[in-house]
Amino acid sequence: MSYYLLLIPLFPLLGFLINGLLLGKLNKKIVSIVACGAVGLSFLWGLKLFFNLLALPADSRIIEEIAFTWIPSGEFNVNVGFLFDPLSAVMVLVVSGVGFLIHLYSIGYMHDDSGYGRYFTYLNLFIFSMLTLVLANNYLLMFVGWEGVGLCSYLLIGFWFEKQTAADAGKKAFIVNRIGDFGFLLGLFIIFWSTGSLNFITVFDKAPQVFAMGAGLITAATLLLFLGATGKSAQIPLYVWLPDAMEGPTPVSALIHAATMVTAGVYMIARSHVLFLMAPTTLMVVAIVGVATALFAATIALTQNDIKRVLAYSTISQLGYMFVACGVAAFSAGIFHLMTHAFFKALLFLGAGSVIHSLSGQQDMRFMGGLKRHMPTTFWTFLVATLAIAGIPGLSGFFSKDEILWKSFSSDYGSIWIWAIGLFTAMLTAFYMFRLLFLTFYGGERMDHHAKEHLHESPKIMTVPLTILGVLAIVGGYIGIPHILGGGNNFEKFLEPVMGNVQHGGEEAMVMASSGQNGGTELMLMGISVVLILASIYLAYVLYVKNIALAGKIRQSLSGLHKILYGKYYVDELYGAVIIRPLIGLSLFLWKIVDVILIDGLLNGLATIIGDISKIMRPVQSGLLRRYTTVFLLGVVLILGYFVFR
Amino acid sequence: MDLKLATIDLGLIAPEIIIAAVAMLILLLGNVVRRRTILAYFGLFGLVAALLTALPRWGNPASGFYGMVQADNFAIFFKIIFIIAAGLTILMARRYLISHEIESPEFYALLLFSAVGMMVMAATSDLVVIFLGLEIMSVPLYVMAAFARHDVSSNEAGIKYFIMGAFASGILIYGIALVYGATGTTDLRRILADWGFFEMHSQLFLYSGAILVLIGFGFKVAAVPFHMWVPDVYQGAPTPVTAFFSVAPKAAGFAALLRIFTYGFADMSQLWAILWILAVLTMTVGNILAIFQDNIKRMLAYSSIAHAGYILVALTAGGDGAVSSAAYYLLAYTFFNLGAFAVITLIDTRNSSTAQIDEMQGLSGRHPFLAAVLALFMFALAGFPPTAGFMGKFYIFSEAIKNGYIGLAIIGVMNSFVSVYYYLRVVVVSFFARPNKEFEAVSYTPAIFIVLVITAAGTLILGILPGYWLSLARAGIFQFL
Repeated sequence: MSYYLLLIPLFPLLGFLINGLLLGKLNKKIVSIVACGAVGLSFLWGLKLFFNLLALPADSRIIEEIAFTWIPSGEFNVNVGFLFDPLSAVMVLVVSGVGFLIHLYSIGYMHDDSGYGRYFTYLNLFIFSMLTLVLANNYLLMFVGWEGVGLCSYLLIGFWFEKQTAADAGKKAFIVNRIGDFGFLLGLFIIFWSTGSLNFITVFDKAPQVFAMGAGLITAATLLLFLGATGKSAQIPLYVWLPDAMEGPTPVSALIHAATMVTAGVYMIARSHVLFLMAPTTLMVVAIVGVATALFAATIALTQNDIKRVLAYSTISQLGYMFVACGVAAFSAGIFHLMTHAFFKALLFLGAGSVIHSLSGQQDMRFMGGLKRHMPTTFWTFLVATLAIAGIPGLSGFFSKDEILWKSFSSDYGSIWIWAIGLFTAMLTAFYMFRLLFLTFYGGERMDHHAKEHLHESPKIMTVPLTILGVLAIVGGYIGIPHILGGGNNFEKFLEPVMGNVQHGGEEAMVMASSGQNGGTELMLMGISVVLILASIYLAYVLYVKNIALAGKIRQSLSGLHKILYGKYYVDELYGAVIIRPLIGLSLFLWKIVDVILIDGLLNGLATIIGDISKIMRPVQSGLLRRYTTVFLLGVVLILGYFVFR
Repeated sequence: MDLKLATIDLGLIAPEIIIAAVAMLILLLGNVVRRRTILAYFGLFGLVAALLTALPRWGNPASGFYGMVQADNFAIFFKIIFIIAAGLTILMARRYLISHEIESPEFYALLLFSAVGMMVMAATSDLVVIFLGLEIMSVPLYVMAAFARHDVSSNEAGIKYFIMGAFASGILIYGIALVYGATGTTDLRRILADWGFFEMHSQLFLYSGAILVLIGFGFKVAAVPFHMWVPDVYQGAPTPVTAFFSVAPKAAGFAALLRIFTYGFADMSQLWAILWILAVLTMTVGNILAIFQDNIKRMLAYSSIAHAGYILVALTAGGDGAVSSAAYYLLAYTFFNLGAFAVITLIDTRNSSTAQIDEMQGLSGRHPFLAAVLALFMFALAGFPPTAGFMGKFYIFSEAIKNGYIGLAIIGVMNSFVSVYYYLRVVVVSFFARPNKEFEAVSYTPAIFIVLVITAAGTLILGILPGYWLSLARAGIFQFL
């Protein structure tokens, strides 16, 4: 039976081709129908295949389809083939589902933009690349998607390229990502070199035979893959591009820089978990980098005033959580958080977009406030998302975040320190998110008169996606309720055919839970985190609603710390001094000395020589037939002579 | 009606019969049919019909006419190339012929007769039949070169091509005679089978004959030093004729060369050094002389010499892989070289045109689509990914390396670098040069538009998705009969 997996990425590709080739020829209505329809069809087809997958017995839920052979070259054969298993099914549904909602939202948000057609063309190309990334059955095709989403990210960050900052931000994202991509590529070379294949199934089958557990080679390969992941998923040390990426249109921030593309690194590690499990050192690095990034970004988010920047740092922080999950070998927990995060973070960005839209482009929270009355739908959905990301019980974020915290405590690869820092970060998260909520929707209206008259709720085409995402942000977690709370942890069980039983999930956990072993601990830790989170929400309430003066006072008494946090630890400046300036110096040397004098000199010399040869040879081509026949005959004589007198 | 008479199976040569019949009908109908369009499309119809009769034979090779005709996959592959080239030439030629007031039914008939000759060349393993095909192909080409009979340079092209061609034919037939003298047969299969039984002195005859055969076809494919006619003929002939010259006879010449030298004469190891030298000379001389050309047709003439050099690399490397890489390259080259000439043909429909490279100034502003596809074809000629040109070169050079010809591959790659200069010059002029005067507009015809779309699509598809076509090439095209 054929499942036509190809159709999933094909629809957005067609949308991209139609809108791209007829750019400027179609009216906005047709552009939107084509773009949204393409992604919608992908989603529906993905959904159908998802149910097909569910109908299969759990162990055989792997569909691999080869579309065609792409590069046959001796031993190096690459197919354009797709792999549909529980993991890619989740990714496909998240990418196309959330993507579809954001496409709809964009119709409203981008309505008056002159680059409307270009915008949707890029957006469809992005969805195509992302779906290729998650559906690929081999590393090379995954890399194609990986680079494709990077390109789209660049194009969309710099979408308003007339603005210098936007163009710069696009370049920054692209260059920083290159570093990660280089690592990824080197990792792939090691994998191909050792296993002779890039196909996922073959590589994972062969890995135990060619790599020794914990050996240097597999550690190097996985670390390089992880370097790629830190670029795409904005982790220390390569996270610096993501905050600047907020120069792009807000729906783009929601889709690419929150819900989907930035999670590609997490997906890649989850997909390669067989390799990562063979390199405990790498896992430790992943967990530590993850938790450090989570904490680091959360502290920066405390002080930022730009609504989108807060959300950007929050995204970095949440991605840190996902890497913590991968680092403690709780891959399905990471994917679970990836999914719930896609819902609530997309919602937060779209809500922020709605606010910005209403304030005609204002992004500074110091000039917002009191919007609750003017924009009820935006407010309520935003509140839901804020509660979800803060980890209030009953909403999706609670289940996924708590799963990660619990796994970081209980897993063989975890430690109490990771758990503690994770918990502290969760408190910070609740605090800065409610700070954002209060500053934006509560208190006095701090915008100027002109903006105040202009306040309005966004049109239906924008609020409907908000509402749908709001519902998802609530119920999205219910598929993964842990055993301890009486759920079945269905999500983890669904992913089990892919992930295996690596972190004693599934049955074993059920036994443990019912026998009361560990169960008490899990409940207790959960309780602690809920209490602490509620406390920090209350603190935010006191500081930003009840007693605003107090916030200012605290800021003043901690001015040194505030300055560091507000300055984002001056990492950009540090990179500038330590890496970029020496690099520019080196480039100048290479340009002025090596390139201009050495290489150009050599090449120009060579060109002069070739030119001289050409000048000598040209008179032979005189146009005279007798000369032509002479040369011809000379050739015959020479060749025969060469043969005879050799 | 039963077409099979003993070992004479007319089905084997159905494509040739159809095209020849259509060509003769065009000559006859030319007397009564006033509308030339009908004749042109009738010619196209004949080509399509021939294609449809050729394709079903794919995968069941057969031999007939007492071994004189081989309808194997190799032959079919090349027939497809000839049909594509002839069809696209008809589509792009009409507008040019009309604007230069030289359109007549004979043009289409000659084109088709020539295609028949090529098909005969590709579909036999007998040296005499190959020669027969060569002459059927060449005589119409001489006339076509001189088709603009009021134009002096076109007449010059025809005369030069004819005299040089006759010269080369003489050498070729002399070579065949020597081979026959040494072996007692002109059948390549017998020569291959009996190899080792030939005595020492007959080996000398055989080798001398083989070398003369090589030179005879070297003329047709424009290998250096037998290339002197190329620039003059390419520049003087009407542009669509040049387009056809640059692709189809070259492919036919290589079809014969590949069949003779990688099959019949496959054991003549002493020839390989000569092929090596020819390949290097052809690539290098073609590229270096192309650099200083200001006329775009002349530049493409030298470029076509260089491309013949790349294919000679594959011929030197030898082996099944190299043969399929050469065939793949010829198919790809058919698309992008014809595409480039289609753009020039369109520009040349203006009578004022001189086909200088500088004339492309301002093209991108006036005709963005035309400039874009021209750039695509130039990138393909230069061998940039993701075009067919890159994949073609990649396969040829990788086959060369696989068979131990690393030096040859390096020379080939360096030549590609050199070629980038003159191809990109066209792109630079058409996109970035500040025009002195407004680019004089040209008007598309649907036919030329179709040619551009087909060639651009072929260039991209063969470049981005080479897998299918190459696996086709690998999966037994080149089991010669």
